[in-house]
Amino acid sequence: MIVYGVALLSACLVLGMLLGEALGVVLNVEANVGGVGIAMLFLVLASNSPRFKSLVEGASGSGIKFWSAMYIPIVVAMAARQNVVAAFEGGMLAVVAGVAAVIVSFALVPVLSKMGGSGPQSAEDSDSKTDATEQGAV
Amino acid sequence: MEIIQTVFVRNNLIVAFAVVGVTIWFSYFMADKLTKGRIHGSAIAIALGLLAAYFGGRATGGSTGLADVTLLGGIGLMGGGMMRDFAIVATAFGVHLSELKKAGVVGVVSIFAGVLVSFIVGAVIALLYGYTDPISITTIGAGAVTYIVGPVTGEAIGASEAVIALSVAAGLVKSILVMIGTPLVAKTIGLDNPQSAMVFGGLMGTTSGVAAGLAATDPKLVPYGAMTATFYTGVGCLLGPSILFIIVSAMV
Repeated sequence: MIVYGVALLSACLVLGMLLGEALGVVLNVEANVGGVGIAMLFLVLASNSPRFKSLVEGASGSGIKFWSAMYIPIVVAMAARQNVVAAFEGGMLAVVAGVAAVIVSFALVPVLSKMGGSGPQSAEDSDSKTDATEQGAV
Repeated sequence: MEIIQTVFVRNNLIVAFAVVGVTIWFSYFMADKLTKGRIHGSAIAIALGLLAAYFGGRATGGSTGLADVTLLGGIGLMGGGMMRDFAIVATAFGVHLSELKKAGVVGVVSIFAGVLVSFIVGAVIALLYGYTDPISITTIGAGAVTYIVGPVTGEAIGASEAVIALSVAAGLVKSILVMIGTPLVAKTIGLDNPQSAMVFGGLMGTTSGVAAGLAATDPKLVPYGAMTATFYTGVGCLLGPSILFIIVSAMV
């Protein structure tokens, strides 16, 4: 049943959001700390575990794949509802601060990636193993 | 005319699906014909979305771009936080734990490095523009982190309305630039594997920017970048009004 996959996805999001919200309360910040990230971890764990096999394979799995495929259309809608006018009207300070933050952050991506790439952790995992299951990532 | 309005408003989410679908079809068509596939179709679609948001905001004076146009209100629901998060989580389906573990430590490092670097850049630019009080400098610095961290920090430490608005604007500029700029610089910064995508998400942090930027670069990288990016705003809200404000106060 398609709805089983959708329900699993929903349960992961709600659980993750609850934990993220609770983490925010514990840390005394007015924000959801990593709720979506935690939810993603739940889904990764569930889809890699034999226990949830019936909820992630066949028709159930296509319920999750549908929403995964709706991601780009949703992002396009998200772009269309941004407050672009306010971003421009914030004046030069806002533009300069935003642009400078992005340029510096872009520049740091290769620096930090190399740090991770040469670490001992990446050598542990056998790459041939991941290649065989790669098609699942689409 | 009234009939159209009634039907469109009553079925606003469905209208949004149709409008976005046509936009994406048009974008992929243009990407194929005009750029011969050099620019990704979704990058064009996102740019069109932003352009429409600009005109929507100009025409209505509202704050949610095209979604303020009565006939297109469903765009607001379709592109809102709930649907965005739902679809982002769905992209994690099929992700392998081993990939996440590989970038684990450097992913966490990138979140903290990203918040600090954006904050410092924002704060320095606030200084250059003549702000001298620690509250304004901290708030503008926090705005360069994300447009959520800016107001959360500003309200916590008592910044003025104008400075908070400025911090939101800085965050919006960052988010939009990440959406447009990522596919253009992806090759240069080596953004072509799960590990660098996780680092990228942690450094940029703006969930909407990372989500759209990676979608336009390579949809397979989306879950990895989104995973770290969603922790970024939380970390920013944690550090902004506390440690970062204390450090700025001590220095100014």
